[in-house]
Formats: sequence, structure tokens, C-alpha cells
Amino acid sequence: MRRFSAFAIAREAFRYHSGWERHWRNPTPKKKYDVIIVGAGGHGLATAWHLGKHYGITNVAVIEKGWLGGGNTGRNTTIIRSNYLQDPSAAIYEKSRSLYETMSQDLNYNVMFSPRGVIMLAQTHHEVRGYLRTAHANALQGVKTEWIDARRVKELCPIMNIDGPRYPVLGGLWQARGGTARHDAVAWGYARACSDMGMDIIQQCEVTGVRTQAGKVVGVDTSKGAIGCDKLGMVVAGHASHLADMAGFRLPIESVALQALVSEPIKPCMDVVVMANTVHGYLSQSDKGEMVIGGGTDGFNNYTQRGSFHHVEETVRALVETFPMLSRLKMLRQWGGIVDVTGDRSPILSKTPVDGVFVNCGWGTGGFKAIPGSGFAMAELMAKGASPLTDEFSMFRFREGKFIDESVAAGVAH
Amino acid sequence: MLILTCPYCGVRADETELSPGGEAHLKRFGPGSNDEAFEGYLFVRENPKGVHFERWRHSYGCGKWFHAARCTTTLEVFGTYEAQTSEPPKAIREAISAKRPGWSWRDLS
Ligand SMILES: Cc1cc2nc3c(=O)[nH]c(=O)nc-3n(C[C@H](O)[C@H](O)[C@H](O)COP(=O)(O)OP(=O)(O)OC[C@H]3O[C@@H](n4cnc5c(N)ncnc54)[C@H](O)[C@@H]3O)c2cc1C
Ligand SMILES: [Zn+2]
Repeated sequence: MRRFSAFAIAREAFRYHSGWERHWRNPTPKKKYDVIIVGAGGHGLATAWHLGKHYGITNVAVIEKGWLGGGNTGRNTTIIRSNYLQDPSAAIYEKSRSLYETMSQDLNYNVMFSPRGVIMLAQTHHEVRGYLRTAHANALQGVKTEWIDARRVKELCPIMNIDGPRYPVLGGLWQARGGTARHDAVAWGYARACSDMGMDIIQQCEVTGVRTQAGKVVGVDTSKGAIGCDKLGMVVAGHASHLADMAGFRLPIESVALQALVSEPIKPCMDVVVMANTVHGYLSQSDKGEMVIGGGTDGFNNYTQRGSFHHVEETVRALVETFPMLSRLKMLRQWGGIVDVTGDRSPILSKTPVDGVFVNCGWGTGGFKAIPGSGFAMAELMAKGASPLTDEFSMFRFREGKFIDESVAAGVAH
Repeated sequence: MLILTCPYCGVRADETELSPGGEAHLKRFGPGSNDEAFEGYLFVRENPKGVHFERWRHSYGCGKWFHAARCTTTLEVFGTYEAQTSEPPKAIREAISAKRPGWSWRDLS
């Protein structure tokens, strides 16, 4: 694989850009791999990449039923932050945020990480107390966040109306090192680097069954035939229950639709990310100038990648109060993704009742930010059988009552 | 937009008039049950791709809880029925069989 560089751009400019290569190979599956990862979203690809990079395991296939990055990874609003409440969350999300800082260099692929800062607005007194608590917790965890007052919020984001009649802005939790990245580029960058290490990314191939012998995994059935493996990682977000079913165990997950929408492109008007949890809406401006808007999830199980229209209406209605200038914008596109939600709103990175099968799911409405950290931790779990970052995210924590309760910190989708 | 007919007042209500209440016909386990059963009752759900049974409330109407049978991959509604039952009535199960031959949900089919 030829590296991307300023020199490469110049070289290609001289020959009409005829020398750019395909990013990844399109291989036919082998009979057997050391490791199979199901799901070529960000988390699956990052797991594969870290397996190769840190543990030298490169006889790996990543199997994807659609196209890589076509699940939630290519559908999310790309907010990256690590200001969660509980210690195990802070550890994995902060690891992840820090890995985003060097991801473009690590992958030799521009993922357009933009640490422009994230404000989480407090619009009720309850939220003020909640965020003060989070700010204190973050200080103890070594995650740099700060409580700011309404005046400072207005300075950081002048298009905001801070004395709205229904929900005045009382302050906010500010994480200057949070931001956004280009979602597709994250998937593509990992895929290119994995393919370069000799891994097979097999698209248009659906896993339809899990083969076991004496309680241990030996392979999977797919729409392209049976493929053997020693270890299996299930990293399929909203489809996690379905994959677990194939392996004969159950997960504490429900799959629901989460939607987002973007406006027509306009001139630069905000250079931070704003989340408003009380009114269930969040907003940032993309490099193309579109206002990227996300809202809440539907309250019922759904696999259609289509959400209920009234949620869009509620989100927009709430945001228009806080950002009056939005009322003049036309919306261009709206879409949905199927997110995997757990009872405590924290993910599952875990061994399973089947020997050799590992599961990484439950990131729900907020796992884009976690892609590199999750891949780092999941690779360690799969290679060594344990990882300090995943210990507390076991699927058995619900039985033991050891929840990692983030339903306050992550009350809204992001 | 989901539209469910309330089995009590007969109103064809769209989802803005309703509140979703999660999986139907849960078996409750309390103190004295084993850990797995208790975990199952509190957290583990069917989350099926296809036929599903749910609880809904006609919150901005008559206010009553009822049940609905629905498909999670097409959003098709097979029917609604009253809350005072621990399993879907025969008519609902037959309506599903007509449209999804071979369906199953927990130990129902
Ligand atoms: C509208 C929306 C907005 C969001 N906003 C944010 C945000 O601002 N910040 C944030 O951090 N997170 C956000 N999220 C959440 C984030 O997108 C997800 O948590 C994350 O992308 C999950 O990545 P993944 O790799 O686990 O799953 P996915 O990207 O969904 O990948 C799973 C893959 O598995 C494949 N698959 C499923 N079943 C099979 C099978 N049987 N065989 C083979 N392949 C299979 C799927 O096709 C899919 O490509 C948002 C999500 C949505 C929907
Ligand atoms: Zn009614």
C-alpha cells in the first residue's frame, strides 16, 4: 500500500491522479481464520486493527453483511467526548478520545478529528447539580472538563439564545478537548490499514449461524458458506441479540431507532458542539456547512432504520427555541440507525457462555466516540482473555447488580 | 407513523397519542428466585427481528394499558388486545400465522 502524504498529492497531480490505489482488497473468504470479527463498523474494524498492531494476530477476517461502515458508524452525528460519570466509563472513553488525537497519523488516513470543544447545556436546576457532580467526578478521574456559566456559554456559541422562555441556559459542562471526526473516514482508515496487514474484509456476506463443538466456537455459517475460526468477536451493534441467539445465549439489549438530520449548508456560524439534554437535541456544523442535528430514540423495538417522524419534530422544535436562527433553515436529509441499548446505558465488552466467543455491543446512542478505545480494549480481551478496560463491562454485571449507571450522564442520544 | 387501535375505546390512535411500555407478558420473579431468573425478568428481553408483543398505553386518550402484536422489521401491526391476559388471544395468533407462517416468540408459535 502506498502511503498518503503531501508528496503523494504532488506526484499524483503530475499524472492526472491515475496512481491512487484501491483502499482495501476484496478477497474471497479462506477456509479458516484465527479470528473472525462479525460486523465491519468502526468497533469491529478497530478491534481487528488493534489485534494486528499489538498482538501480531493478522490471520483475521472481518465479515460484513452490507458494506463496511454502512451501519451506525456511517449514520451518527460524530460527537466525541469523555465526560461520563462513572470511573470505568471515564477510563475507556478517555482512552478513546486520546486515541482520536493521533488516529490520522496512526492510520495514515485523514479522519478529520476536530477537537473544537463540546458544551453540554444545563437548562434546569437538576441538570446544574448533575453536571457539577460530573465535573467533580471528571476532576478525580483526570478527565479535563469544566463547569462554565451562561455568559461563557454565550461567548463560546453566540448564535444561542440563553434566556429562552421555556428553557433558559443556566450554564454548561465544557470539554475543550471533545469534538467531532469524519465518521466514514474512521471506518475507511481502519479498513485500509487492516487490509494492508493482510486481513480479509469480506463485504456482502451475512453471518447466519455460529458453529460450536463441545461448547467451543469452531466457525460461522455465512451467505458465502461456512468459515472456520478459533475465536469469534461479535461486533454488530443493533443486531447483537440476533447474533447471540445464533450462539445460544441472550443479552440484556433492546434495539431501537435513533435519528439524525442535516440542514442545507450555510456559512460558518458555530465552531463548538452543543448538546441540550433536557430538550433532547444536539447540534454541530459540519465542514461542508450543514447543521448536523440529532435527537432522541423511539421507545419501541425497531429494525427498520426508520424512526418516528414526531421525534424529528420534537427535536427541531426544542432546538429552535435555543437557536432561533435555525428556524429559517431547510432540512436536507433525515435518516435513522438501529442502536443497541442496555439497562444501565453502558456497553458490553465481554466473554460469553460460549468458549472463544466474545461480544462487543451496547454502545447504543453514543459509541462513535468510543471506537478506538473499544477496539484497543476488545483486542486485548480477545488476545489475552482479559483487559483492565473491559473487566467491569462484562455481560454478567446485570446478574451481579454491578451496573455502570450512565443513564444520567448519557440521558440523551449522542 | 405507527397507528394502533385502542381495544378499549376503539380509537385509531397514532403514536403521538400513545406511550410505549416495553415487552408484553413478562413473567415476574422476585425474592427467592434464582439470579438468572431475576436478571431475565429485569433486563433480558426478546428483542426479536420480526413478530413482537408489546405493552402500550393510550396516554392521551382513555389512559388504559393494552397489548399490541407488531413486526419489528416492517412495522406492520397484526392487532391489539386487552391488558387482562397473560398471553395473546387465539384470534391474534391466527392473524399473525396468516401473515407470517412459521413465526415464533418465546414458546408461542
Ligand atoms: C443517528 C445516530 C446518531 C449518533 N450519534 C452519535 C454521536 O454523536 N456520538 C457518538 O459517539 N455515537 C453516536 N451514535 C452511536 C454510534 O453510531 C454507534 O454506537 C457506533 O457507530 C456503533 O459502531 P459499531 O461498529 O458497533 O456498529 P455499526 O457501525 O452499526 O456496525 C455493525 C455492523 O455489523 C453488521 N452486521 C449486523 N449483523 C450482521 C450479520 N449477521 N453478519 C454480518 N454483518 C452484520 C452491520 O451491517 C453493521 O455494518 C449515533 C448513532 C445514530 C444511529
Ligand atoms: Zn383508549
